[in-house]
Amino acid sequence: MDQAPRTPPRFSATFDPATLAEIRRAAATGIYDIRGGGTKRKLPHFDDLLFLGASISRYPLEGYRERCGTEVVLGARHAKKPITLKIPITIAGMSFGSLSAQAKEALGRGASLAGTSTTTGDGGMTNEERGHSSVLVYQYLPSRYGMNPDDLRRADAIEIVIGQGAKPGGGGMLLGQKISPRVAAMRTLPEGIDQRSACRHPDWTGPDDLEIKIEELRELTDWQKPIYVKVGASRPYYDTALAVKSGADVVVIDGMQGGTAATQEVFIEHVGIPILAAIRPAVRALQELGMHRKVQLIVSGGIRSGADVAKALALGADAVSIGTAALVALGDNDPAYEAEYNALGTTAGAYDDWHEGRDPAGITTQDPVLAARLDPVLAGRRLANYLAVLTLEAQAIARACGKSHLHNLEPEDLVALTIEAAAMAQVPLAGTSWIPGQPL
Amino acid sequence: MSAPHSFDLAQHSVRELNAALHALAPSTNATGWLVQNPDGRHALAAGLDVPVTVEIAGHAGYYCAGMNQHATVIVHGSAGTGVAENMMSGRVHVQGDASQSAGATAHGGLLLIDGNASARCGISLKGADIVVKGSVGHMAAFMAQAGTLVVLGDAGDSLGDSIYEAHLYVRGRVASLGADCIEVPMTAADRAELQEKLQAAGLDGQVRPDEFRRYGSGRTLYHFHVDNAAAY
Repeated sequence: MDQAPRTPPRFSATFDPATLAEIRRAAATGIYDIRGGGTKRKLPHFDDLLFLGASISRYPLEGYRERCGTEVVLGARHAKKPITLKIPITIAGMSFGSLSAQAKEALGRGASLAGTSTTTGDGGMTNEERGHSSVLVYQYLPSRYGMNPDDLRRADAIEIVIGQGAKPGGGGMLLGQKISPRVAAMRTLPEGIDQRSACRHPDWTGPDDLEIKIEELRELTDWQKPIYVKVGASRPYYDTALAVKSGADVVVIDGMQGGTAATQEVFIEHVGIPILAAIRPAVRALQELGMHRKVQLIVSGGIRSGADVAKALALGADAVSIGTAALVALGDNDPAYEAEYNALGTTAGAYDDWHEGRDPAGITTQDPVLAARLDPVLAGRRLANYLAVLTLEAQAIARACGKSHLHNLEPEDLVALTIEAAAMAQVPLAGTSWIPGQPL
Repeated sequence: MSAPHSFDLAQHSVRELNAALHALAPSTNATGWLVQNPDGRHALAAGLDVPVTVEIAGHAGYYCAGMNQHATVIVHGSAGTGVAENMMSGRVHVQGDASQSAGATAHGGLLLIDGNASARCGISLKGADIVVKGSVGHMAAFMAQAGTLVVLGDAGDSLGDSIYEAHLYVRGRVASLGADCIEVPMTAADRAELQEKLQAAGLDGQVRPDEFRRYGSGRTLYHFHVDNAAAY
């Protein structure tokens, strides 16, 4: 006899399998989930924008004949020695400690080959990265781990870190597995402890103090170094205006897609805003202060392709910064290690337990055996190749829009595919002249 | 010390002062400097890297002697926020009071404060010695990693909150201890260490190590554990 039709099993959209699994994990362990990387949720992003290219009223440049400039000068507002990069794509701050020494060296090698800068992280400057980075930005972080004036003087620029996109308002974490003897010594910490970096700077509070702190850093380095101020994307209009008022040469805004070495999942997914929503308010602040292009704007968080680079620059940024993509270029989450990722309970492409220090690719680890897997020369070459592709792609788009320099890209070159992206990027919805929030 | 080179900040800028001090070679014979009319200016004598003595004839603003290396800086007055912040070596002597975050993140050298120090004195200390003849405000030695804080007077609330391996010695009353900061029995090695710090501060014979109590890390928060959640 036929069975009567039954209602098939149906998962709740609210209590979906991932949510249920997290509830069970939390109940079993009593500790929040910690992971690396940036947000994994679907967000309004550069994919929601398109370039219009040339048409009867717009004149393109010849792809292989006419020059499309890519260089960018950073820090000319106050620094005696501003830095000039060949491409407007920099390597974001990532610490020795979260990354192996080999990975830091590879980042320096790749960036130097491409004519751009790399950046230290929470934990101080290593000789490897200084030696292999032609332009090195030294981060000035709340923890001040490894901070010393000799390294300030041998840096090419200083980046005061107020926050990062993955966790605006949060301090760093480096769990005990990665506090090796060398990492511990650089940070003046006992080996093997779970290290909690401060979330606030220890000797200043608020924009008035920041202005005095910047003055001190300039005095310490005889006004030679460009000084960046980096914030996580949350209140980009006000943060940019306050950074400019405080005397910054460069403002860095990191969207919530930006990665972290280790942070609570709830923080990564629920604090901060996407980079797409942060660029126009920051540019507006610069324009209102008469500082657009005088104080440079670097944006980061989810930059993957030359199209992303071009879109960020068209919205008004002077340069972009990459972190996660750079690690992937080095070899992070490489399917060649699939069996080892499986052994860790994950799969290539989804591995994010960077804090555990067991990275099969040898990048987010302090294990000497794993770290030795990464050849810094080869990995550096891969990064340089990737940076070259990003640049060529951005140039291809810029030429199609008739621009002789990437900085000549402009919002007028863009349209949005969604109302959300149109509102955030302040460009028209494709096929219309409608920008949400603006009169027709 | 040679006869002081006088530098009048009523006539010259802080930039000119620091540029002159930064231009000195380690072997300079211009080892004595007197800064007149400081009037609370910021970043005075910041970033020194030579064994000279700079005397500041008045009050200093923020970050006086910041990141000092090798030099001796004497403030004949009070100092603003972050005096001797991130000092690596040398000696900084504040003859008046010090504002917030005195000696923040300092790695080495000695910071001597004749008066009181405000909140967060020795925050994130990384190896320097701080001696305060008066009292310290709340959250002194917050997250202090290494080095010593010696307080002849009292300590405010939450002393040594989230401390790592710094050693704290307080002669007076402690309003309260911060998370994971505990009183530690004084050992002979502690007394010898404290005696050495007092001697370096010129206090030998004026106060005795056995007048102090020592505080340090309980090391219960060195690893994340659910049962510690309420401690933060």
